[in-house]
Amino acid sequence: MAQISLTVNGKTVSADVESRTLLVEMLRDKLHLTGTHVGCDTSQCGACVVQVNGMSVKACTMLAVQAEGAKVLTIEGLVNEDGSLHPMQEMFREHHALQCGYCTPGMVMSAIDLVNSHPEGLTEEQIRHGLEGNLCRCTGYHNIVKAIAAAWPIMHNKVPMAAE
Amino acid sequence: MYDFTYAKPANIADAVKTLAADAEAKALAGGMTFIPVLKQRLNKPSTVVDLSALGLNYIKLEGGKLIVGAMTPHGTVAASPEVKKALPALAELAGNIGDRQVRYRGTIGGSLANNDPSACYPAAVLALGATIKTNTRTIAADDYFQGMFTTALNPDEIITEVHFPLPEKAAYAKFANPASRYAMVGVFVAKFASGVRVAITGAGQNGVFRHAAFEAALSKSFTPDALNGITTPVDEMNADIHGSAPYRAHLVGVMAKRAVAAAG
Amino acid sequence: MVVDGIGASVKRKEDLRFLSGRGNYVDDMNRPGQAYGHFLRSDVPHGKLNKVDISAALKKPGVIAIYTGDDFAAVGGVPCGWQIHSKDGSPMVEPRHPVLAAGKVRHVGDPIALVVAETKQQAKDAAEAIILDIESLPAVANLTAALAPNAALVHDEAKGNICFDWHIGDKAAVEAGFAKAHKIVRLDLTNNRLVPNAMEPRAAIGDYDVSSGEYTLYTTSQNPHVIRLLMGAFVLGIPEHKLRVVAPDVGGGFGSKIFHYAEEAALTWAAAKVKRPIKWTADRTEAFITDAHGRDHISVAELALDAEGHFLALKVDTQANMGAYLSTFAPSVPTYLSATLLAGVYKTAAIYAEVKAVFTNTVPVDAYRGAGRPEATFLLERIVDVAAREMNMDRVEIRKKNFIPKDAFPYQTPIALQYDSGDYLATFDGALKAADYAGFEARRKAAAAKGKLRGIGISTYVEACGIAPSAVAGALGARAGLYEVANIRVHPTGSVTVFTGAHSHGQGHETTFAQLVSEQLGVPHDMIDIVHGDTGKVPFGMGTYGSRSLSVGGSAMVKAMDKIIDKGKKIAAHLMEADVHDIEFKDGKFSVVGTDKAKSFGEIALTAYVPHNYPIEELEPGLEETAFYDPKNFTYPGGCHICEVEIDPDTGVTQVINFTAVDDVGRVINPMIVEGQVQGGVAQGIGQALLEHAIYDESGQLLSGSMMDYTMPRADNIPNIFVGTETTLCTHNPLGSKGVGEVGAIGSPPAVINAVVDALRDYGVRHVDMPATAAKIWSLIDANQPKMAAE
Repeated sequence: MAQISLTVNGKTVSADVESRTLLVEMLRDKLHLTGTHVGCDTSQCGACVVQVNGMSVKACTMLAVQAEGAKVLTIEGLVNEDGSLHPMQEMFREHHALQCGYCTPGMVMSAIDLVNSHPEGLTEEQIRHGLEGNLCRCTGYHNIVKAIAAAWPIMHNKVPMAAE
Repeated sequence: MYDFTYAKPANIADAVKTLAADAEAKALAGGMTFIPVLKQRLNKPSTVVDLSALGLNYIKLEGGKLIVGAMTPHGTVAASPEVKKALPALAELAGNIGDRQVRYRGTIGGSLANNDPSACYPAAVLALGATIKTNTRTIAADDYFQGMFTTALNPDEIITEVHFPLPEKAAYAKFANPASRYAMVGVFVAKFASGVRVAITGAGQNGVFRHAAFEAALSKSFTPDALNGITTPVDEMNADIHGSAPYRAHLVGVMAKRAVAAAG
Repeated sequence: MVVDGIGASVKRKEDLRFLSGRGNYVDDMNRPGQAYGHFLRSDVPHGKLNKVDISAALKKPGVIAIYTGDDFAAVGGVPCGWQIHSKDGSPMVEPRHPVLAAGKVRHVGDPIALVVAETKQQAKDAAEAIILDIESLPAVANLTAALAPNAALVHDEAKGNICFDWHIGDKAAVEAGFAKAHKIVRLDLTNNRLVPNAMEPRAAIGDYDVSSGEYTLYTTSQNPHVIRLLMGAFVLGIPEHKLRVVAPDVGGGFGSKIFHYAEEAALTWAAAKVKRPIKWTADRTEAFITDAHGRDHISVAELALDAEGHFLALKVDTQANMGAYLSTFAPSVPTYLSATLLAGVYKTAAIYAEVKAVFTNTVPVDAYRGAGRPEATFLLERIVDVAAREMNMDRVEIRKKNFIPKDAFPYQTPIALQYDSGDYLATFDGALKAADYAGFEARRKAAAAKGKLRGIGISTYVEACGIAPSAVAGALGARAGLYEVANIRVHPTGSVTVFTGAHSHGQGHETTFAQLVSEQLGVPHDMIDIVHGDTGKVPFGMGTYGSRSLSVGGSAMVKAMDKIIDKGKKIAAHLMEADVHDIEFKDGKFSVVGTDKAKSFGEIALTAYVPHNYPIEELEPGLEETAFYDPKNFTYPGGCHICEVEIDPDTGVTQVINFTAVDDVGRVINPMIVEGQVQGGVAQGIGQALLEHAIYDESGQLLSGSMMDYTMPRADNIPNIFVGTETTLCTHNPLGSKGVGEVGAIGSPPAVINAVVDALRDYGVRHVDMPATAAKIWSLIDANQPKMAAE
């Protein structure tokens, strides 16, 4: 067992982990942040995607000890103090981009990174290609692609977010 | 996963020492292949030596060569203005390895040390005739790859840099495995003043290989049509549920033409 | 006026928790004192289990207990919920399916031991110390091997590996049709085996309360009451009042979470032995070798046509893979859920089908999204396309010529079903228009100019949802009723809790059902909660599968709300001193017809719970009603799907360019959710048609046993999917709804393959079996020189 310290969703936390403990296991089992899911064991599905130091990573393919000192952001951390949602979360809701909800946290975390990485704009083809690390079995991706396209201008301050 | 001791040395000497001290110690680079292998309990290291604190994440142009530190992630190579300018084919290749998440963590050194027969980087390294610099020596690409998952590296040897000569033209064309998105066939072509080198990944039974017939033809005429009628020996190709050996042999030709066309 | 009632695209109530990471899936739950279970599984496809030596494993750190097949000798086997009888009247061969392997292992993944330990890793570590003595036996890994003469037997009692040999239809009438045929078209086809791969792997927690003697199973299920029934009554002998089954948020099912699995019984049983909760979560790799697979049929179809292209008779001979054991609904899939649909949307005069169900050394095969109807639809829509080509007829014309006309409903097919309503020409014309079918040849030319082979494919379908009525289902072999239950609890302040036996695992029931309640009772959405997935809360239910939740479950709600309104009217009549027949309920108000006297729904609710001024002699206090709804018939959604593909002839890669679905799903409650359901189903259908294939090698090892080798559709494999609706109402349920969960997966595969074959028309390709992978298409292109001149 080793004790590691890191920042998760803006709070400094520490946890006792084995060397073999995966980041996703620490988040779910030690920190009870169960919004990050595990959908496969071969790094294909992306249900476990979180941000580490601003980059989207698969938390099932990173050891917890590798996150020592890192800033980790999970789906729970996207929700503002007042309960309001991140624009990507809002657009997923607006465009019915989720059904069973299982792939959703990872999908949202990947989508945010994708949009952030493309300030110049995103075509539908780029969005579809950019989601190659995330699987969804419910939606057929159609509405996920729409939601990400709709979130882009909001996240890049091109249009104000529509009031609910 | 079996448990192990985790070590994160701060310099190369300590890393080598830790690896040398224990035959069951294994190095961890980006972990994009190694961690899934550990999860499946296919490997049981006593110590895992994390190479991320060795200061090997950099890209520089020096002496007419592109030098990439071994711990540079694929995403960094793909986005690097230096790489895009000096060796755009390499940026393009790196930008299509795995997915966005894999590219943030997977590294060139890890990919080369593992030498997965369907990895992309070995094709670039071999076609460009790069040299692999380790803590003890430099190894020419032609000597480095020794069959699938086999390299010239000693157990306690660490890749530190990869030195890429800059070609006149180069391009990589990948046909992705539909499921894993690894290269089912990946062809890297590189045209130098001295001739053309072509390396194929994904397709061969013994990992990455150079295609002598393609090289000869392209050295005479660097056009897709120069490859017309040149076949790839079927009996040297992989076969699995995603494609037969004849299909792979055929794709080698198609991807080679596409690479030549893309190189311009 | 209800603004977010029936017909409104209301945003989903469940989304907030899912989007903020506050869903509550089984693996998110932890019980006090919880231990962890791990199943040691066979890596041998078929073998004699001589010895399981757990002595060393028991000494490993953290181990609490280890159980093997011997421990389960006294409990029941995992039951099958549907019994089919063979042609000769004999019941299907139904071998015991032990909770943990006993005597033999029959497929890779067959569980041999359950290790219970303090941590997951300790359980895995200990499992490696179990010493197995398995004598490998010859295995039969596919239908052809299992049916070969002298094939190894999966179960000694199933001679020739036959589970049943069933038939349906009028053989003599079919032979007469063939005798007078102008042409007989034959097609051999395979419906490829699939792995459902809901994104959430299965998980379960078995729990036992020593003081009360109550068991609780938390499980990833589409139908917790069915699990309680099967596991309680048939396997463990636990009466219902001592067994609670909870299926909280479930991350997709697609059929694979209908079934009662051995792990559920093993964990529940073991929890009482160790007197601690035990949690198990499948790895994806484990899911590949334990979740019931789908499809896996081989069929020979023959269609007899007259000179004008009318369908005279259809004969189908199918072999259906059951896997190593009979999963819960497996026998119903190739029979009553498939063969009965062979009329499709056509007025084929005579139909006869035979189905041989076969045991193999593979994972059990059962219902997967569409369950039998995709197999029937694929067969029919492929043979219709082949017939059109061989009769030199247009694909559109041959279909139109044979459609059941809209004035023919109710329509009795020659193969058991009676369709209540439909307008196949409306969905067909709607799809042709939306897909710009007329403009296709220009697009084909444009594609050819850039070296691509473009093709278009049409598929029409009808399917059957909401298996019913229970009496008929029972006569066909179902061992349970197939009604649905709703309990509507109106609280004193007028808020409403609905307890439904349907289960939502992506369908958005919490929203759709709230719309029903809002529409009928006039209560705003924030005053309505939908509760599902807990046998401790919901009175009873049969769960969600077969696109039944709205048409059956929703109808039960309507019936229960009718009772609420009836009672409310009596209370209102009393309060307003009017005759009950003069009370009208509308927009949330009870009013006296022809007066301005009215009481709000909330006032009536309060009166029911505070019965100070109340007709207490005639009416009980309270406002809560339950309805069991047993439908009179199946519902029959139908429609037309059109797919446009481009093939790269150099690589064989097929890209779906456009997909158009125009479906008749009856009354639509939430169009946004309906579109999403169709799009998801279509993506699974495209996956089946082009990408997905569970492949066993000859020895019985699953080659496509992980997402590294089993091709899951990704965002760049799927196009935008246009969804349209053309509505005819179901005539026999109060909502007029037909069901939408499966139409996408049923209609789409033949549309894709018809498009692929169309794209390859210059290569003389008559048929391509699914999946039409790049490798397969390239080999067809490679083997067939273009026959441009001939076309």
